[in-house]
Amino acid sequence: MTELAELPPWAALLIAFFLLLGASLTLLGCIGLLRFKTFYQRVHAPTLGTTWGAGGILIASMIFFSMVQSRPVLHEILISVMVFVTTPVTLMLLARATLYRDRAEGMSGVPSLDTGSTGDEATDSTYPTQRS
Amino acid sequence: MSAIILVLALAVAQLMLLAAMGCCLYRLIRGPRAQDRVLGLDALYVCAMLLLLTLGIRSDSTVFFEMALVIALLGFVSTAALAKFLMRGEVIE
Repeated sequence: MTELAELPPWAALLIAFFLLLGASLTLLGCIGLLRFKTFYQRVHAPTLGTTWGAGGILIASMIFFSMVQSRPVLHEILISVMVFVTTPVTLMLLARATLYRDRAEGMSGVPSLDTGSTGDEATDSTYPTQRS
Repeated sequence: MSAIILVLALAVAQLMLLAAMGCCLYRLIRGPRAQDRVLGLDALYVCAMLLLLTLGIRSDSTVFFEMALVIALLGFVSTAALAKFLMRGEVIE
């Protein structure tokens, strides 16, 4: 922990700010995951942790290693690109699978396939207001 | 001075991430249906990755970066495979 004392105070404050921002947003997202009522509400909550939660902690890590090694250390961008690209893909897959399962079980409150009002492929949207 | 700020912020951030992991673990264990469990597992992967990054800042080593990258990759693959399994009943058809 000797390198920690050599940092200038403004860098330490900046790192602490981004760390606390990221961690608190992740905690908020996971509390939302805990407290929302239905799955379709819950699927939105953890994205708070994957956008600014991961972003804040990755920015803090970038600033810290750049200050300690006194050269730009930017390999955290790899993780951020990875997380930002894959999260929508996985959550879309999961939501479509859930919608398929709910339809197969005939649950109420799920939009059915034959709403047919717009007449194109996008009629099986996930918006509950489009129920017929 | 800066060491005190950093150590305090790291401790608070790690406690917050641990609490977040606890919330995800509750959803993973008690989730009413399978998709809730998969969602909890996905969020748990992200929280574990962020916790590893804060550990890397605390111990001032870039080894934790590779571990975090591997965990991010594993989270993507496992969630995609589980979503496929929930949809079709098989992963590879």
